[in-house]
Amino acid sequence: MITATGNFVAFSLDTLRGLPRRPFQVREFVQQAWFISSVSILPAALVSIPFGAVIALQLGSLVRQLGAQSFTGAASVLAVVREAGPIVTALIIAGAGGSAICADLGARKIREELDAMRVLGIDPIHRLVVPRVLATMLVAVLLNGLVNVVGVGGGYFFNVVLQGGTPGAYLASFQALGQLPDLVVGEIKALVFGAVAALVASYKGMTARGGPKGVGDAVNQSVVITFMLLFALNFVITAIYFQVVPQKGT
Amino acid sequence: MGVEVRVEGLTKSFGRQPVWSDVSLTLPTGEISVLLGPSGTGKSVFLKTLVGLLRPDRGSIWIAGHDLTRLSERKLYEVRRLFGVLFQDGALFGSMSIYDNVAFPLREHTRRSESWIREVVREKLEMVGLVGAEEKLPGEISGGMRKRAGLARALVLDPEIVLFDEPDSGLDPVRTAYLNQLIIDLNQQTEATFLIVTHDTNTARTVPDNIGLIYHGHLAMFGPREMLLSSTEPVVRQFLNAQRVGPIGMAEEKDADELRAEAASGVELPPLPPIPFQLRPSNGMPRAAEHPPGAWCIANRVEPPAGSFQSAVFR
Repeated sequence: MITATGNFVAFSLDTLRGLPRRPFQVREFVQQAWFISSVSILPAALVSIPFGAVIALQLGSLVRQLGAQSFTGAASVLAVVREAGPIVTALIIAGAGGSAICADLGARKIREELDAMRVLGIDPIHRLVVPRVLATMLVAVLLNGLVNVVGVGGGYFFNVVLQGGTPGAYLASFQALGQLPDLVVGEIKALVFGAVAALVASYKGMTARGGPKGVGDAVNQSVVITFMLLFALNFVITAIYFQVVPQKGT
Repeated sequence: MGVEVRVEGLTKSFGRQPVWSDVSLTLPTGEISVLLGPSGTGKSVFLKTLVGLLRPDRGSIWIAGHDLTRLSERKLYEVRRLFGVLFQDGALFGSMSIYDNVAFPLREHTRRSESWIREVVREKLEMVGLVGAEEKLPGEISGGMRKRAGLARALVLDPEIVLFDEPDSGLDPVRTAYLNQLIIDLNQQTEATFLIVTHDTNTARTVPDNIGLIYHGHLAMFGPREMLLSSTEPVVRQFLNAQRVGPIGMAEEKDADELRAEAASGVELPPLPPIPFQLRPSNGMPRAAEHPPGAWCIANRVEPPAGSFQSAVFR
């Protein structure tokens, strides 16, 4: 356990050191960014609609009892942008992007492709891992934006169309509790989640052993570990955010 | 021109499980050596240690004035360019066509034009007889073709040392014969130092200049082909002639009781089979590192087994 953690940290540092190395693998980066987006955009959008809807439904009835319908928009934005957005991004990035990266690198590892690459004088961390980590970070940030838009849109639909809220109140209350730093911290979370998910997936893939079953195990472990890490990180970043940035309406 | 590889006191273990210890040998410049051993004796581990993919516990590997075991990661990547390695299944990049696979090292390491790369790739594919399969993916061709494609990729940077990890595993005898001939021809053309890891005794008897045998965690013997083929050392004799009588058992080495019982039962070992001629390059010209047949036996006053070096045993 401790050795594995140490190895993972060393691996992450190697990746960090590989970042400024030239030539930067533009092709691999673009390919990976495209690939990760293609496996994650649709599920992210589909997950965030019900997420926004659930928040709208939960809040809708509660808020009506308190007579504060005009704040449903604010609450929905707050919930989606601050928490649901990053969480959905984390789930999709780890579940769809991370598992794909881990499976790909794991298969290369057991087919000795990575060894072959090293023997040909090419560092797989520089050639394969660095572009994947950067691509995942980029896609995570973009995905978070998408989740926010779709989530807020879903909330709007359920609140206004299904629960009979007023569009004006929904939109006007956006600024009542929310503020720009909410969005910024959401994007920072997404950036960190993308980096961690890609690093864990790459590490697990590159250390897979024991044939095809080993790759399956590695993918499974990588997804579970990433989930745990991302939820813990989410809590830590949120806690720091509340300490550092003054909140509206308090 | 090839490079000499000198291994001194190399020891490797995984955790508490030792693989082999104190292996010392020298792969002579430009010669073909074969490393033999029963399955599971760490032959592939030795090969991976030799290119620095695995770090040994002790010992040194001297190549062109560098001790591979003490090099930094970055320096190691430079020295590795001296090597070409043929992995067991070719280890081709599954997402690339055969052409892209062979061109990959050139594209990564040189800034040459695409037309120059095409020229070199064609030349190497011609060497291994794969012209016409350039656009196929590794998943679409047979195991033998994958091996040859892997060989073309290993040769594309003109390595000084070429390592083969079980080139004959999973191939039928005819394809193995072709591949062995290819190895001899490549050695003649490139004059690089070759090391073949295998457990095929037929390959070991006819292809190399030198044979080494790993057994029970150590190097039992390493030397010229004729030395091992005329040796009566029990392990060497048993392995090279694929016999049941001897120290190697089904699962592990036999214990003392079993060996005593075997000796008491009075099983008579058949006489050593004759030493066959070494495989010659197909164009009839000698290799630079070739030794005349029987030279070692004469120089060391060893009587080769009856019938050795007679054309009838040419395969």
